[in-house]
Amino acid sequence: MEKVINWLDARFPLTASFKAHLSEYYAPKNFNFWYYFGSLALLVLVIQIVSGIFLAMHYKPDGDMAFASVEYIMRDVPFGWLIRYMHSTGASAFFIVVYLHMFRGLLYGSYRQPRELIWIFGMLIYLMLMAEAFMGYLLPWGQMSFWGAQVIINLFAAVPFIGNDLSELIRGDFVVGDATLNRFFALHIVALPLVLVGLIAAHVIALHEVGSNNPDGIDIKKHKDPKTHLPLDGIPFHPYYTVKDILGVVVFLIVFTTIVFFAPDMGGYFLEANNFVPADPLKTPAHIAPVWYFTPYYAVLRAVPPMFGSQFPGVVAMGVAVMIFFALPWLDKSPVKSIRYRGPRYKIALALFVLAFLGLGWLGILPATTLYTWVARVLSVIYFAFFLLMPWYTRHDSHKKEPQRVTDQ
Amino acid sequence: MSEMSVDGSKRRFLVAMSSAMGGVAVVGAALPFVASMMPSARALAAGAPVEVDVSRLEPGMLLTVEWRGKPVWIVHRTPEMLDLLGKHDDRLTDPGAETTSQQPDYCKNPTRSINPKYLVAVGICTHLGCSPTFRKEVGPADLGADWPGGFFCPCHGSRFDLAARVFAGSPAPSNLVIPPHKYLSDTKLLIGEDQKTA
Repeated sequence: MEKVINWLDARFPLTASFKAHLSEYYAPKNFNFWYYFGSLALLVLVIQIVSGIFLAMHYKPDGDMAFASVEYIMRDVPFGWLIRYMHSTGASAFFIVVYLHMFRGLLYGSYRQPRELIWIFGMLIYLMLMAEAFMGYLLPWGQMSFWGAQVIINLFAAVPFIGNDLSELIRGDFVVGDATLNRFFALHIVALPLVLVGLIAAHVIALHEVGSNNPDGIDIKKHKDPKTHLPLDGIPFHPYYTVKDILGVVVFLIVFTTIVFFAPDMGGYFLEANNFVPADPLKTPAHIAPVWYFTPYYAVLRAVPPMFGSQFPGVVAMGVAVMIFFALPWLDKSPVKSIRYRGPRYKIALALFVLAFLGLGWLGILPATTLYTWVARVLSVIYFAFFLLMPWYTRHDSHKKEPQRVTDQ
Repeated sequence: MSEMSVDGSKRRFLVAMSSAMGGVAVVGAALPFVASMMPSARALAAGAPVEVDVSRLEPGMLLTVEWRGKPVWIVHRTPEMLDLLGKHDDRLTDPGAETTSQQPDYCKNPTRSINPKYLVAVGICTHLGCSPTFRKEVGPADLGADWPGGFFCPCHGSRFDLAARVFAGSPAPSNLVIPPHKYLSDTKLLIGEDQKTA
């Protein structure tokens, strides 16, 4: 065994990589609950890739056959129902863990200098994930697939001057049709997964270059053992955090499999009822809403009224609502990173932002009424104020002094 | 200090047990994926037994039905055809149908049938998979005066008699396959299922 490893090490940095990223990667010893979701996101990625490969063995990306082929998977393929429900539940699970992972960044200032690039890679992963989920949702070719894609693609048609040509370019037809389905399939199973895997590699490599943040938001490299030059508050990722993460995996899989086996449509939130009806370009369902993970942005879109005879401002607001996360490292002017040492202003702002995000998500599911539209407008203002006022309220906040060493045990 | 020391054997035991449980979990998770690559219910339905009514099959005629995507012949053999079957055993590779893989036990007889009146055979040449042609006429010019009627494979010239037995000297090594089948009544056949599997 040792001879084999020596032979490999002389030709490939096997042991060196294992040490650099696992057994000798020193992570702060005070990671808490919020630090499970990075590794869980990786687990969900693996679930999606494996279940997706097996679905692609039976699925037909053809306007006339797609819906029937999904039903064929559900009824005739051995364990096809299980593999499909793993994939559809995995899509929602992906967004749950990614949203919690991002919230962890907001709590502990993980996006702050020197981790701006990690945050940017993470945001690009989030954007790719949204594209991946959107294109994947078209593939079952149900009513919700069809009309959801119709609405989202028409957002691009709102772009002034080039909008119509742009939406035709995306669809490859004058309506969402076979051409659209076929190209979304190619992008969903080949192009975007390749980009995602590359971005995730960049995200992790950048993280391991600067080292992990922690719930205290302080730099553990400031206090090193004078002899070993290892951070005093660091512990090797393997075995300490690999074992911790396995516990997280076990708990996650208990929840995940419970949903897969007992509530795969999650009451219409993970799989919408209308998507069990084949796509019909002549008949729009009475109420269409995107899947839950897009609804906060959908509510922002609907909250902005048309201006100058164009719905473009709403589309811009929705786009900015997503993109504004990129600016976070430069908007935050606080001298401390972690919420533990921040003052009340940031805490209130973050609490309001979370309420606005969840509230918009809830409103995005409901039909738009006059009252709900006004509530969505108020919440949209709070949403954007969190970012735009951040330089002001973080600079003038009353922060506590950060400790020298991490505080939990 | 003894409390602080590492119990190596307990640690090895725990690592081995957790690895074994992890291995069981991985195998368990892999099973549905492997199973999904097996023939689906649709493929199994396409391979289901086929019921054939032979009451309208005239004597001397051939009926071809599809079973599992393969042609299956049913020949209504006349008494003259059956007479001729016994007269060329010396020219056959396996006149008594001794090769067990080529037919079910209940067809291991010179006529290779349950009821000698009807031949049921998979119409795929045992040489390279072509489907032979039904040539029932006796002694035609192209097949020679000693041709007793049977099947001729156009691909490589393999010859079979009306019990689907191969003539010696053909490229095909063995008799044609007789599929599992049974009679539901005198004139109703079920191909693909027999008494054993029923």
